[in-house]
Amino acid sequence: MIAYAVTFAMACFGIGLVFSLWRLLRGPTRADRILSLDTMVINFIAILVLYGVANGTKVYFEASMLIAMVGFVSTVAFCRFLLRGDIIE
Amino acid sequence: MIQDIIISVFIVLGGVFGLVGSFGLVKLQDAMQRLHAPTKATTLGLGGVLIGSMIYFALVDGHFSFHELLITLFLFITAPITAHFMAQTYLRMHRDEADLPPSGRPVGWSIYQDPPDFSADD
Repeated sequence: MIAYAVTFAMACFGIGLVFSLWRLLRGPTRADRILSLDTMVINFIAILVLYGVANGTKVYFEASMLIAMVGFVSTVAFCRFLLRGDIIE
Repeated sequence: MIQDIIISVFIVLGGVFGLVGSFGLVKLQDAMQRLHAPTKATTLGLGGVLIGSMIYFALVDGHFSFHELLITLFLFITAPITAHFMAQTYLRMHRDEADLPPSGRPVGWSIYQDPPDFSADD
């Protein structure tokens, strides 16, 4: 039963990745593109955690923690660059 | 059996909320409306998946792990900060300074004006 639930949730987050990729390519404003990149990071963390549950291993938690940190820093860096024209003043 | 049902419910709920959050990114009309949808994917979607994973490793695998709590804590701290930065970026790129109400301080809004120079006082 858990295997079916994990497969379903992985399919949901995969479709979510496609949706946010569509918004990344289309998105009229730059804020939309940053937002869709952030959503892609979130979806990818969820897929990684679900893959760890499917395989019964905890190795992927460190990877998802690192991806969460890199995603946050990159989002803030994009926004700072658009706001101030510089990342670290 | 019961624990399988609980874990499955949390994981399926997380998947549905993640799909809804990304679907809102496509469906909603305005950029500020679109800012609303992916926060649900962060808090409820990823939160549900992480709770399901935590119960799975505690009950089925037999070892409680704190990694999920760390990921949840980090994401819940950073999600408002990223949303705030993206709203600031949208305002900076698409709204004029004259459209906003005055800040009521000697210095204007920080997204349009440079911070005041305090270094001369020291």
